[in-house]
Amino acid sequence: MKTSTLRPLGRRAGDLPVAMVFLLPAAVGFAVFYLWPTLRTMYLSFTEYSLLAPPEWIGVENYQKVFGDRLFWNSLQVTVEYVVINIGIQTVVALGMAVLMHRLTRSGLIRGVLLLPYLVANVVVALIWYTMLDAQLGIVNQALEWIGVDPVAFFGETSTAIPTIALVNVWRHVGYTALLIFAGLQAIPKTFYEAAQTDGASEIRMFWRITLPLLRPALALVLVLTIIGSFQIFDTVAVTTKGGPVNATRVIYYYIYEQAFQRFNFGYAAAVCVALFAILATLALMQLKLLRAGETDLD
Amino acid sequence: MRRTTRLTAVATILSLALAGCGGGDDPAESGGGTAAAPTEISYWLWDSNQLPAYQACADAFHAANPAVTVKISQFGWADYWTGLTTNLVSGTAPDVFTNHLNYYPEFAGKQQIQPLDDFIAADGTRTDVYAPGLADLWVSADGKRYGLPKDFDTIAVFYNKKMLADAGVTEEQMKTLTWNPTDGGTYEDVIARLTVDENGKRGDEEGFDKSKVEVYGLGLDENNGAGVGQQMWSMYALSTGWQFTDKNPWGTSFKYDDPRFQETVAWWRGLIEKGYMPSLAIARSGTSVNDGFGAGRYALSTNGSWMINTYYGYDGVEVGTAPTPIGPSGKRATIYNGLADSIYAGSEHKDQAWQWVKYLASADCQKTVGDKAVVFPAIPEALTVAEQKFAAKGVDISAFTVQIHENTTSLYPITDHASDVSAVMSPAMDAVLSFEAEPSSLTKANEEVNALFQ
Repeated sequence: MKTSTLRPLGRRAGDLPVAMVFLLPAAVGFAVFYLWPTLRTMYLSFTEYSLLAPPEWIGVENYQKVFGDRLFWNSLQVTVEYVVINIGIQTVVALGMAVLMHRLTRSGLIRGVLLLPYLVANVVVALIWYTMLDAQLGIVNQALEWIGVDPVAFFGETSTAIPTIALVNVWRHVGYTALLIFAGLQAIPKTFYEAAQTDGASEIRMFWRITLPLLRPALALVLVLTIIGSFQIFDTVAVTTKGGPVNATRVIYYYIYEQAFQRFNFGYAAAVCVALFAILATLALMQLKLLRAGETDLD
Repeated sequence: MRRTTRLTAVATILSLALAGCGGGDDPAESGGGTAAAPTEISYWLWDSNQLPAYQACADAFHAANPAVTVKISQFGWADYWTGLTTNLVSGTAPDVFTNHLNYYPEFAGKQQIQPLDDFIAADGTRTDVYAPGLADLWVSADGKRYGLPKDFDTIAVFYNKKMLADAGVTEEQMKTLTWNPTDGGTYEDVIARLTVDENGKRGDEEGFDKSKVEVYGLGLDENNGAGVGQQMWSMYALSTGWQFTDKNPWGTSFKYDDPRFQETVAWWRGLIEKGYMPSLAIARSGTSVNDGFGAGRYALSTNGSWMINTYYGYDGVEVGTAPTPIGPSGKRATIYNGLADSIYAGSEHKDQAWQWVKYLASADCQKTVGDKAVVFPAIPEALTVAEQKFAAKGVDISAFTVQIHENTTSLYPITDHASDVSAVMSPAMDAVLSFEAEPSSLTKANEEVNALFQ
């Protein structure tokens, strides 16, 4: 480390052009696909914009409407319900799967199988489950009938629609999440487990005392990523329940889509987007702080 | 029989999914106009069933006008409208596209589609050759004409012939059914009779178990009818003499607070309580109403003429059609909805686009379309062609056309703010149908809707 501080300053400055060349592609992508749309969305959120006519500046009127909009709060509540079920179950199951892989098998085949649902496009997964879970003709309900259970209208009932969508997406994402956690597990030195085994610790004790504490930074990052991803639930809703029945599955991104692309209220939709952006940014920061994702207990 | 239905369902879903994957990029590519000497104009439509018919028209058009080629693109309904909107914004919309009454007021109001009046005047094109009323639908509130009619649709009742025979209901009876919102009339009698529970008891028999229904007398559409209920409830409500708005087209005050409308909705959802129609939850849980009908879960199903080939296409199901029942007004009712082709206001080839629109609206092209027997062409002589072709396939379309002859049709509600009205009415109707709210709650929804026009 010492030597680098002694390097002549000119050398470092000389790296700059080369560094710029390497940074440029990513920087262009970031500016074009993230920065500019974000700034434009922020601008549009202060306008009334119906897409087919130029935007008209109206100040904070959209934001005032957002706070008084019953459907905005409903969509937020529905989304949070989705995220809690989706992330809660997904994280626990993925963690279990990752630990089993870590402690029991190194088989590449099993890892591949776990990832399979993730390789199928979201829309296809949603439509296949939608067909399989139909109350009258779905194969799942036929099976339920054989074991004497009355058919359940999984996607059709206001009470079960969101849990159903959340579980369908758990099915698709759990293998992927398990692999992410599995990667984190591999960073834990084997010597800890060997030492614990020598002391006669049980697997369960090792999980709580070794695995979980040392996995914390990796788990924190996985949680931040999956929660942000989970908030963006849209496609499953768009191809199955379309926000209904009533408002039961009108998640926030679907609400934004409806406002923008079906009702042409682009300014208002932009304001909802910015509100969501603020919520997600706060949430991510809080998580990182609370879970001390930047620190590790390995040192 | 059920297995084939499920297989087709999965196959359809997969192809839909694939179409969905590809749909995002295509509009942008095909939207770009070319300015080369032999002109290519782009044309969009959403119904894949109609693609071969219109391709045949495009080929004939090209043969007659060798300098102009028509490039047809087809997208599923939802992709179609999002794709069209974004292409209108970016100035790359197709030169000509199939337009819908629900969307055109918005496009016309924002000057995105071309008024056709100058072209019509210059060419002396006749607008009175279409079935009565169809051409006028496309004259906007400002008096300008934005489309020429291509086809139309009405609503009728599809029935399963075997189930009818088993229940002792004749096809003749089906043609003379009456309905009222109080006791449902002979229409409800038939629906009850056709409903069968797991023990084989019919809906009108002692000991009928409404919690274990095997076959529902009437199917419930998987789509939310929002404030129009085109193939769901409009034919009942309209037969009471009720109308959607104060005037149609271009009404500014909706009438969802009218007792006749609310009584109709109350009767309709009452069928769920009686076990004659599936609950909203069941209808929304995965399969379409037509697939449910095809799988033998429903004996009757109200639907539009655009669904004829689907309903008649199920293996092993003998299908018939009857007109919608005669209501308290003494007349039947159905929504009479017409489609038309419009020209994009930003098109670089408006003259060629007009030639194509004129050809699409001509007897020549409409006879070509009628010959394929997929929809009802707007020109009566082309409709006759379609009628014969449908008949050759064993389909009698008189249940759909009788109301045009008897003059009992009502226009599709054409208003401004159509998408906002739909956004209010969709959840409101869902709430009533799922028994979370009473039909009287629609009065409040009506206030919300009418506030849009203030």
